[in-house]
Amino acid sequence: MPEELNVLEHELVPEHHLLSEKDSEKVLKDLKLTKDQLPKIRLGDPAVRVLDAIAGPVEEGMIVKIVRKSLTSGVSVCYRLVIRG
Amino acid sequence: MMVTGVTKRISAIKFAHLSPDEIRKMSATKIITADTYDDDGFPIDMGLMDPHLGVIEPGLRCKTCGKKVDECPGHFGHIDLAMPVIHVGYVKEIKRLLQSTCRSCGRLLLTGEQAEEYRKQRDKMEEFGADSTDTGNVAKETARDAAARTTCPHCSTVQLKITLDKPTTFREEGHKLTPKEVRERLERIPDTDMISLGMDPTVSRPEWMVLTALPVPPVTVRPSITLDSGDRSEDDVTHKLVDVLRINQRLRENRDAGAPQLIVEDLWELLQYHVTTYFDNQTSGIPPARHRSGRPLKTLVQRLKGKEGRFRSNLSGKRVNFSARTVISPDPMLSINEVGVPVEAARELTVPIHVTERNLDKAKEMCKRGPIPPGPDYQPGVNYVIRSDGRRIKVTDKNAETVSETIEPGYVVERHLMDGDIVLFNRQPSLHRMSIMAHEVRVMPYKTFRFNLCVCPPYNADFDGDEMNLHVLQSEEARAEAKVLMRVQEHILSPRMGAPVIGAIHDHITGSFLLTFKDSKFTREETLKIIEKIGEVKLPKPKVVGGVDYWTGKQLFGLILPQGLHMTFKASICQKCQTCLKEKCEHDGFVVIRHGRLITGTIDEKALGAFKGKIVDKLARDYGPDIARHFIDRATKLAIGAIMIRGFTTGIDDEDIPDQAKREIDDAMTQARMKVEEHVQAYRRGELEQMPGRSLEETLEVEIMKVLGKARDTAGQIAGRHLGLENSAVIMARSGARGSMLNLSQMAGAIGQQAVRGERLSRGYWNRTLPHFQKGDLGSEARGFVRNCYKSGLTPTEYFFHSMGGREGLVDTAVRTSRSGYMQRRLINALEDLKVMPDGSVRNTAGTIIQFTYGEDGIDPMRSVGGDPVDVDDIILTVLGDQGELIAKVQEKGALSYGIQDRDLMETPTDEGGETEQEEPEFESGGAGEEQ
Ligand SMILES: [Mg+2]
Ligand SMILES: [Zn+2]
Ligand SMILES: [Zn+2]
Ligand SMILES: [Zn+2]
Repeated sequence: MPEELNVLEHELVPEHHLLSEKDSEKVLKDLKLTKDQLPKIRLGDPAVRVLDAIAGPVEEGMIVKIVRKSLTSGVSVCYRLVIRG
Repeated sequence: MMVTGVTKRISAIKFAHLSPDEIRKMSATKIITADTYDDDGFPIDMGLMDPHLGVIEPGLRCKTCGKKVDECPGHFGHIDLAMPVIHVGYVKEIKRLLQSTCRSCGRLLLTGEQAEEYRKQRDKMEEFGADSTDTGNVAKETARDAAARTTCPHCSTVQLKITLDKPTTFREEGHKLTPKEVRERLERIPDTDMISLGMDPTVSRPEWMVLTALPVPPVTVRPSITLDSGDRSEDDVTHKLVDVLRINQRLRENRDAGAPQLIVEDLWELLQYHVTTYFDNQTSGIPPARHRSGRPLKTLVQRLKGKEGRFRSNLSGKRVNFSARTVISPDPMLSINEVGVPVEAARELTVPIHVTERNLDKAKEMCKRGPIPPGPDYQPGVNYVIRSDGRRIKVTDKNAETVSETIEPGYVVERHLMDGDIVLFNRQPSLHRMSIMAHEVRVMPYKTFRFNLCVCPPYNADFDGDEMNLHVLQSEEARAEAKVLMRVQEHILSPRMGAPVIGAIHDHITGSFLLTFKDSKFTREETLKIIEKIGEVKLPKPKVVGGVDYWTGKQLFGLILPQGLHMTFKASICQKCQTCLKEKCEHDGFVVIRHGRLITGTIDEKALGAFKGKIVDKLARDYGPDIARHFIDRATKLAIGAIMIRGFTTGIDDEDIPDQAKREIDDAMTQARMKVEEHVQAYRRGELEQMPGRSLEETLEVEIMKVLGKARDTAGQIAGRHLGLENSAVIMARSGARGSMLNLSQMAGAIGQQAVRGERLSRGYWNRTLPHFQKGDLGSEARGFVRNCYKSGLTPTEYFFHSMGGREGLVDTAVRTSRSGYMQRRLINALEDLKVMPDGSVRNTAGTIIQFTYGEDGIDPMRSVGGDPVDVDDIILTVLGDQGELIAKVQEKGALSYGIQDRDLMETPTDEGGETEQEEPEFESGGAGEEQ
């Protein structure tokens, strides 16, 4: 059986980080947001599946921080709420 | 949730069928007779014009609700059909249901487990928030699966094949099913199975798709018109309902009288036809019902469908008052903020003045002038006066004086448009926000709207018959908002690319070129003619040549620049010399502005032009819209002044070249043809050296294209030697006013190879392009090379080839515009309700985040410099001034210090120097009857 591909290592996939509960709360507080206002990412997303394997169980309601290179600002950070599916 | 102020929110919309019971329950009256009016002209009870259905005649009252015209919404009636008929709108669904259910027990042709499986799948999808399209697909799949079965799993009945004979006849193995039979079968389908088939049995039953009662729309929906002759003309829908009623009546009589089955069936089919065409008179497979005049009737579907239908023409598109539309024409004497409005339009368009103690006298005076004030000068009059109680009084010449006396605070006076009023001006297609801008009115004689030419680019307008719309704002709030946000001067910079969209075009650029090129001089008289329109200025010291005072064009141009302006850039006429001589450029292509004075360089497209104008850009960005507008207005006038002093024209003789040059071009062409022939011979002999990665044929094509491309360039160069800057066409091409040097070399030199899909022409006849070439001829003439120029004229074959190449371009543009229009509409639909919040995030109406920071860098592209947040070079120039070496040093270091990381991952931004125009066939200068 071929080893499963770690999509996070691909150069076109941006960095994904799983936030701890404390960090999540801080992010929401800093941005003055509620969880439902965040963009979503599915549990079944290949990047989330990799996060699940390396950073401990990912559950619905957790927040993933995504850092990508940006043409306009160099680096841009965004947050996504993990949802089912 | 962050949502505030929402009092009601639609959570869902559900569509269902009307049951026959509901149709009867909501009916105000049953309609039984096809007659509409009696001999005295009164509507007949239980006829199609029954007064219970609503009122259309003023003064009468509705018999159902007792209200008058405009108050009564109208009420439905109904027709009880003698025999059931199929509803054409649902034949597809009926077919699916018949095919997927048992012909005897009516149950879904799936085993319990199978059905359960599909139901589960559906529930799961719904849980994940799938919409009706997704669940609908599951239902379709269920039906397809069930239809494949040949025996019923519940009662073991063998199923027969059901087909649909368009539009409404169902057959079972060829045997016809009557609508009654169809309805009976649909009735047998149990509710539980309906859920699997995608229908909610609590609101819709399948048998309702076979009609037993027909709703009759209120008379307000189908009003009759009284013609001048006194005759009544009925609406098409009424005509159709009359047909339905007549046949329904006959069918009932024949059936009750026990007429032969054949006759009843014929009538039944006729009823089906009428009901079908009542819904949709363009149903395929049956002839459309026609009016006595032979015109097809407009029935229900025709009212809704298409461009002229209810949706696109009445709901998405609305007509408004206080608007005007007419042809546009240019006026360089107007400010870019202004619009010239014809007197006739200004007298029709009005602004409401709310009368108070302070403007009472003025209002009275205006009203006294009446609707057509006398006098040679335009003065606003008044068309209507609205009293405090809301009554509108039309002001006429006769009553103007008396009405004027009655005006008191609280009245509203609708006065004519006058200079300075803020109006919205628009040209379709309204693709971006600059398509509707606010202008200040200037009332003028003649019949066109006029505006400054610099405003053509944002509207994409020209004056070959274009028309534009004008809307007069009716409230103070609207006017204030328009003035702050929508005024033309606020849109000089485009949010599309962070560069100006408003700027000089065509003759403006030519004019400023003629004004400033090299050491152009103007006498006192000429100078005064040029600057008389730009307002008060202090003339600089004249240059004295031979005892006569002269002003250079550069001096005059400096008059309109702000005092402290410093700029350095290359003009359009810059020849891109190997080593730029900067200030000493022999083409005068290096623009240097210091302290608001033009030191060297020519002012052309790069300085003033729309999209490229650096001065306009800098002024709008650093000095604000007021200064930028003022500059553009005055630059317009200077340029027009200069071009009028010198005079400017172009004609076909601008492409004249000496006979010697023509012979040279001819020689070059002949040589190229021979060289191509050599290549072909080498290929035939098998001596052609194959290029890596290409077949032999491809190699040959590449070589030939190279030779022919070079030949055209040579021709262009030879012609170009005789096309100097004394030539008007060249001035326009070099300064960026209009046309390109390529256009000129095609006119004077040679047109060159014609191509379709990037290849030499090859299609048409067997192995050749035209029948009078040898089969397999690979020579230059046979494959679409045009050695002539536009001026010398093309040979018939060349002309044909040129048309082939030209056609491809036309088709491409046609396809591109339609497709990009559709893409744009979809993008706008998806993005229209997103907005940037005060915290810099982009959110939708529900407050959810779309982008954490707008554009990821939070930069407003309109205020960016070509997309970048800051113009580093400009800052360096401002800080270091004229210390040339220092600037070079900083720029060298700069690449390291302020380069943002990992740019190379992204597409490299196209360098702004490489704006060599693509060869683009232009078919703009067609004749009359051109599109506007
Ligand atoms: Mg036009
Ligand atoms: Zn009524
Ligand atoms: Zn059965
Ligand atoms: Zn130069």
